[in-house]
Amino acid sequence: MTGLPDRTEAKLGLVIDLDTCVGCHACVVNCKEWNTSGHGAPLSDQDPYGADPSGTFLNRVHSFEVQPESGCAQVTHFPKSCLHCEDAPCVTVCPTGASYKRTEDGIVLVDEGDCMGCGLCAWACPYGARELDLAAGVMKKCTLCIDRIYNDNIPEVDRVPACVRTCPAGARHFGDFADPESNVSRLVAARGGMDLMPEQGTRPVNKYLPPRLKGSVEAQLEPVAEEPKGLLAWIDRALGAL
Amino acid sequence: MSDQRAAARPSPKVSDEIRQTTCYMCACRCGINVHLDGGKVRYIEGNRDHPVNRGVLCAKGSAGIMQHYSPARLRAPLKRVGPRGSGQFEEIGWDEALSIAAGWLAPLRETAPEKLAFFTGRDQSQSFTGWWAQAFGTPNYAAHGGFCSVNMAAAGIYTMGGAFWEFGQPDWERTKLCMIFGVAEDHDSNPIKIGLGQLKARGGRVIGVNPVRTGYNAIADDWVGITPGTDGLFILSLIHELLCAGKVDLDYLCRYTNAGFLVHDGDGAGRGLFLRGDDGKPLVIDRATGKPAPYDAPGVKPALTQTLRQAGVSYRPVFQLLAETYMDAQYAPEAVAGRCGIPAARIRSIAAELARVAFDEEIVLNRPWTDWKGERHQTMIGRPVSFHAMRGISAHSNGFQTARALHVLQIVLGSVETPGGFRFKPPYPKPPEAHPRPHAGATPGQPLDGPHLGYPLGPEHLLLDPQGQPKRIDKAFSWENPLSAHGLMHMVIANAHAGDPYRIDTLFLYMANMAWNSSMNTAQVIDMLTDTDESGEYVIPRIIYSDAYSSEMVAYADLILPDTTYLERHDCISLLDRPICEADAAADAIRWPVVEPDRDVKGFQSALIELGVRLGLPGFVDAKGDAVYEDYADYIVNHQRRPGVGPLAGWRGDGTGAGRGAPNPEQLQRYIDNGGFWISHIPEEAQFFKPWNAAYQGWAVERGIFDAPQPYVFNLWLEPLARFQRAAEGHGDRQPPDHLRDRIKRCFTPLPSWYPPFEGETVDLADFPLHAITQRPMHMYHSWGSQNAWLRQITNVNKLFVPGDIWEAQGFAEGDWAYLTSHHGRIKVPVARMDAVNGQTLWTWNAIGKKRGAWALSENAPEATDGFLLNHLIAELLPPKGDGLRWANSDPITGQAAWFDLRVRIERATTRGPSEPRLPAQKSPVGQGPDRLTYGDDFT
Repeated sequence: MTGLPDRTEAKLGLVIDLDTCVGCHACVVNCKEWNTSGHGAPLSDQDPYGADPSGTFLNRVHSFEVQPESGCAQVTHFPKSCLHCEDAPCVTVCPTGASYKRTEDGIVLVDEGDCMGCGLCAWACPYGARELDLAAGVMKKCTLCIDRIYNDNIPEVDRVPACVRTCPAGARHFGDFADPESNVSRLVAARGGMDLMPEQGTRPVNKYLPPRLKGSVEAQLEPVAEEPKGLLAWIDRALGAL
Repeated sequence: MSDQRAAARPSPKVSDEIRQTTCYMCACRCGINVHLDGGKVRYIEGNRDHPVNRGVLCAKGSAGIMQHYSPARLRAPLKRVGPRGSGQFEEIGWDEALSIAAGWLAPLRETAPEKLAFFTGRDQSQSFTGWWAQAFGTPNYAAHGGFCSVNMAAAGIYTMGGAFWEFGQPDWERTKLCMIFGVAEDHDSNPIKIGLGQLKARGGRVIGVNPVRTGYNAIADDWVGITPGTDGLFILSLIHELLCAGKVDLDYLCRYTNAGFLVHDGDGAGRGLFLRGDDGKPLVIDRATGKPAPYDAPGVKPALTQTLRQAGVSYRPVFQLLAETYMDAQYAPEAVAGRCGIPAARIRSIAAELARVAFDEEIVLNRPWTDWKGERHQTMIGRPVSFHAMRGISAHSNGFQTARALHVLQIVLGSVETPGGFRFKPPYPKPPEAHPRPHAGATPGQPLDGPHLGYPLGPEHLLLDPQGQPKRIDKAFSWENPLSAHGLMHMVIANAHAGDPYRIDTLFLYMANMAWNSSMNTAQVIDMLTDTDESGEYVIPRIIYSDAYSSEMVAYADLILPDTTYLERHDCISLLDRPICEADAAADAIRWPVVEPDRDVKGFQSALIELGVRLGLPGFVDAKGDAVYEDYADYIVNHQRRPGVGPLAGWRGDGTGAGRGAPNPEQLQRYIDNGGFWISHIPEEAQFFKPWNAAYQGWAVERGIFDAPQPYVFNLWLEPLARFQRAAEGHGDRQPPDHLRDRIKRCFTPLPSWYPPFEGETVDLADFPLHAITQRPMHMYHSWGSQNAWLRQITNVNKLFVPGDIWEAQGFAEGDWAYLTSHHGRIKVPVARMDAVNGQTLWTWNAIGKKRGAWALSENAPEATDGFLLNHLIAELLPPKGDGLRWANSDPITGQAAWFDLRVRIERATTRGPSEPRLPAQKSPVGQGPDRLTYGDDFT
């Protein structure tokens, strides 16, 4: 069993805006291409050109159809990666200490040297956010692009996770939730940011912004004329005023 | 155990070098930073400085590594050694390949150049490929716009001198309400995502009109699940509501449109045409004098309501006719609601919302500007409602008029080229008159008499021989589809096979999967490609094809010219073609070989130059017969289309030339140094009202976009259509065949009208009660994307989505399969339930299905076993009507393929897959991809 820090100096994480996510999978694929040559073992693909292609991804988008009580059915695109929980069950369940939560920034990581690929952490994670890489035999998960966010070899503006940098719709935001004035804290306050499955008691750092209410603005125009002659007379008056 | 914990603040090296070029994972043309490590591509990200994507990159672009290193890449030129379709080839060298091609083509050029049909698919170099075809002398050239979205392009150009696609954009910074019609993933992919994100962040609203609620329509604040093919009716009903409420921008209509033009309202040859002065200029009634005056004379304010009687004929302003037409009760919300599948109250609400935002939330920019008549304006008034539309409305047989209806809606709201509305990107605005007319004058051994494609203004511009027969193999610019501005690539194989209007010798295709997802009627097209005559020769004798990958089409060609990947090639994304401009800037871009090919392949354009040299084509060889251009890069720098104007606008002459200037040998390096693109911003006072803004017109001339100012007004009334109607009534020398007269009279209305899609009118709707359409997924582009190792893990089977009521009525359960039947064929497909869809519409993802053996996928890949194409159900021809004729399944005005007119019925299948039809496998000329990837291993 592995311990969690009592508190972390920063709480780095993501805000994901479900109102603007169009489900394009840009974050999924850019994450894959950055991280397959990034921190730790590559994200391998099995049978990539065959009958059952499957590989390791640290971030996936699920699309759901929802039928509200009234109105049309809706489609929600739901990107999901590690939420870097404050009470992370994947860490406490780890028998080797490979899974750990960093004191300095709250990022949950896997020490691949200590990981024996037992998969307990994936079972413990209620979000399904960890994937065992079949080629390397170690557990892979979102690192919040730890090799980007502090990287002096990258322009400062780009020191954000790859998924945030690439998101075309601007639906992903990165910042420090420990700072109430940070961009992410303000977004959460303004838009009613939510925990995913709070009943699990994991206290996720990442937050989701809910979709806004949808539907028509009910209104009706006042006719100025019922038939063309009336309109033309109205137009003559209107043009006279121009 | 070893401790491999990350450092507190890890700062690893990212790559050896970043090279900046232009993406080609779809048609969006984003700027990319390609990170190279040890000579291999390590990471691709968006270029933050690039005007198109401003740093972001979609899933396709991010999967570029897997496309670049795809096992399906062709490795060398191929000569067919087995029967067509078998996939049996022998690798040959380039010299032999080009000798074979030149050996086939040279005799054709000397005797009958029209026997070469050269058509391109995913072409971003049409100004070059068209120039080659013109030099060869065949009239049979076009790109693929005819089966893509020509209705959208042509309706935009004819109505307002610019279209949607990527040629214009909502004023994303200022718009408050954006309404999208028939938009799934398409051209302008990332800019739309960026724009919708910005709009929503500002609290603006999005209305999505689409039978299917995915992607952009999923995040729309209001979704209108319209019945396919009825968008035009819905739009005209919105116009009805706006007119009845007087919510139209009268000042805008008077100044910038032909609303005041006087239309001949009598009988005879002149009906529907404008009253013109002696100089040929259309006349309006000046409100100040009450007398006719040229529309463009300074100070003239056109009347919109007065009728002029002259020589016994009534001339009425366009606006009067427009108001009479659309205020008619046939366009009232109640009258259209049932057919559109939209309650009348919602139509009213949407009209009211458009009017409220356009007029009550008017934008005023304090930017003085001067109009084309010399009048100074102190402000720019904006109507912050914007629209975008794509193939959902375009791919119908009523698509041209529907797209025109949408433009008329934009125009009556005063929201085109005004702040907050829709804005053109250079080289647009450009009215139809400023485009060329089409040409098909072929002479053996000579170049064609002019550019192939253009914008006819009347029957006199049709391409017909003295017997009235079409001059082109695709019958473009004939009475069957007079305004076919992009040609009709989808008719080429069928016509060539039928020898109608004549036989050809060589079919030459570039990057067009015509043996699969880019053809209607796929299985029969395959039969046409492999059909032989009595002597055992192929009916289409020779096929040359260029592609970078082992696509389905490769197997049906006799000679393959292997193209490079997009990271290995030179390209120019040119102002002569389809540039990367923004509403505020002219811009163009290049691709350059950021990695060198490791195979015996050549950029297609370079191969075409070599072929042009071997054929001795004018422009390709000098007087001594030597090559003018060494390769495409040389052409890009040194070709001049007009003196001082070439493929790239940036850094011309001594390096200071912008748009104009002599060729600069340093030009490509300057592009590379600048991140792969060039941009020139439009001065502030010239940024809006471009068709009428003197400062814009002057700036565009300076930049070489055109050679003289060309102000114009928008065509609410489209006079060329009236000319075709008059011909159909028997007026004029050039007469349509009798069987087309009624259709031309009915469909070519000079004001946009709506008629039901043809297939639905032709089949028994009791037999085929449902609609079936496709949507393009956001993470794939045509068939190129679905071979990609990473992308195919997101989607490798396309199920047919079935609305809940139909699902339950049919007793479907998860995992079921169904037979889907049209008048033309029957396919077997996997089904899934979906409720966020129009209740009469079945749909699936586009171009996921693959033929076994193609794309280096295994034969049991889900794309081949379970994936499917709707194409098998769609014919190029409508079912027989009993009149002895076969009618094209196309828009009667432009010839656009009417993919989305498809009508079907569905029945539960008692067995599961594989999908049907199950065509024989083709042999892969490149083998099959590996069974495991650990990309990134090399870099650790």
